Amino acid sequence: MGGSDQPIIKIDKVSKSFGSLNVLNELSFDVEPGEKLALIGPSGSGKTTILRILMTLETIDSGHILVDGEELWHIPGNGGLVPANEKHLHHMREKIGMVFQLFNLFPHMTVLRNVTAAPMLTQNVPKEQAEKRAMALLDMVGLADKADAKPAQLSGGQKQRVAIARALALQPKIMLFDEVTSALDPELVEEVLNVMRRLAEETDMTMLLVTHEMQFARDFADRVLFFDAGRIVEQGPPKEIFSNPQEERTRTFLKKVIAAGHAI
Amino acid sequence: MAEWSGYLFLILKGAVTTVELTVLGCMLAFVMAFLGGLGRLSRHFILRAIATTYIEFFRGTSIFVQLFWAFFVLPLIGIPLSPFLAGTLALGLNIGAYGAEVVRGSILSVPREQNEACTALNFSSWQKMRYIIMPQAFILMLPTFGNNAIELLKGTAVVSLISIADMTFQPQVVRSQTGNTTMPFLTILVLYFLISLVISTSVRGLERRLSQGLDVTKA
Repeated sequence: MGGSDQPIIKIDKVSKSFGSLNVLNELSFDVEPGEKLALIGPSGSGKTTILRILMTLETIDSGHILVDGEELWHIPGNGGLVPANEKHLHHMREKIGMVFQLFNLFPHMTVLRNVTAAPMLTQNVPKEQAEKRAMALLDMVGLADKADAKPAQLSGGQKQRVAIARALALQPKIMLFDEVTSALDPELVEEVLNVMRRLAEETDMTMLLVTHEMQFARDFADRVLFFDAGRIVEQGPPKEIFSNPQEERTRTFLKKVIAAGHAI
Repeated sequence: MAEWSGYLFLILKGAVTTVELTVLGCMLAFVMAFLGGLGRLSRHFILRAIATTYIEFFRGTSIFVQLFWAFFVLPLIGIPLSPFLAGTLALGLNIGAYGAEVVRGSILSVPREQNEACTALNFSSWQKMRYIIMPQAFILMLPTFGNNAIELLKGTAVVSLISIADMTFQPQVVRSQTGNTTMPFLTILVLYFLISLVISTSVRGLERRLSQGLDVTKA
């Protein structure tokens, strides 16, 4: 269980297709505990699919994934491994939290209730304790004064900060961020990125980030993986990937992104 | 004039019966709508099959025929029902079948992203339905539920065919005794309209209250 000498996530020859479309192609990589990983690449390259698979929103066709030393998609059975049941997935999800591109807040609940619902329902945290923790998290994302508001009353950036607090309330070991600023107006991007910067500085959580914000990926990540067509084309420290990419495809991609106005 | 107030009393008594049938029928329809709608969304084939059969049967056959079955045929196979019970059953089961499709459609129209957020937050499928999907879906159901309730109110008129003295039955008694046609039928026209007005305004009020501060169309 989760020794510091083993990777917290181990992805081993994972393949995934949607119909005839091959999204992941025998993909393998490890993530070290506490590591901040940025996944970049053209859309359709499979980077979001990896996050969705880790959050158990998509299944895998073949391969293995270990999270915190345990198989994510398999359990022992029949003298080997069989596909995981709902009970096992429930256990594994406790280790992982996710923030979505479109926030996915619960529109019928107040901000506070959005943050307290999951701990109260899935971890049996008493109400007072859940609310205390939620207020501390809302304070951290700068929205303590919005606790009683409904999501519809918030800006996009505020919604996304609530969504981050909501995911953190379950105290996961791993946080997945799926293009969390892509749906935001440009002037609201920074407030969300600031929260994530603080999170990266103040916690030792493992964070996986799919993003098109190259400047942010460069500041934030310990390691950058460049994806294309379901494979890792190139990986390394952000400085190397962004300043001195070795692969032609990485160079082409970065050139295009810069031309599109995402400065590095 | 004194005579007319006696007849008016007769019609109002019929109105009480109509309201009772409407309320009980709506309660049964409400329960059947959720059973049928959730049944059609079930993972289990048997539940889906039962729900689909129920919905298709009651939508596909006439409410008259269903009422006659409940009242005339069921006693032949040893299930005698009072006219009132037969009427409530036929109306509730019939409108419930339409309601079931409303329940199913509303649940399915809650954005998929809400389901994904629930998975990410590790809700069980019961918790997801109870706390996240159903509260949002219920608001979507309300307008059509209101329509269905009014349909049911108007449908209660068919029970006069199995000799229940409802609001449609009574004016015919009055008419045969007084020869006055316009007044009794005008009276029930107004009464039906007033009752349906009560239904539609209270459903709209409920809808407004539940969707307060809510951006229903997007998360």
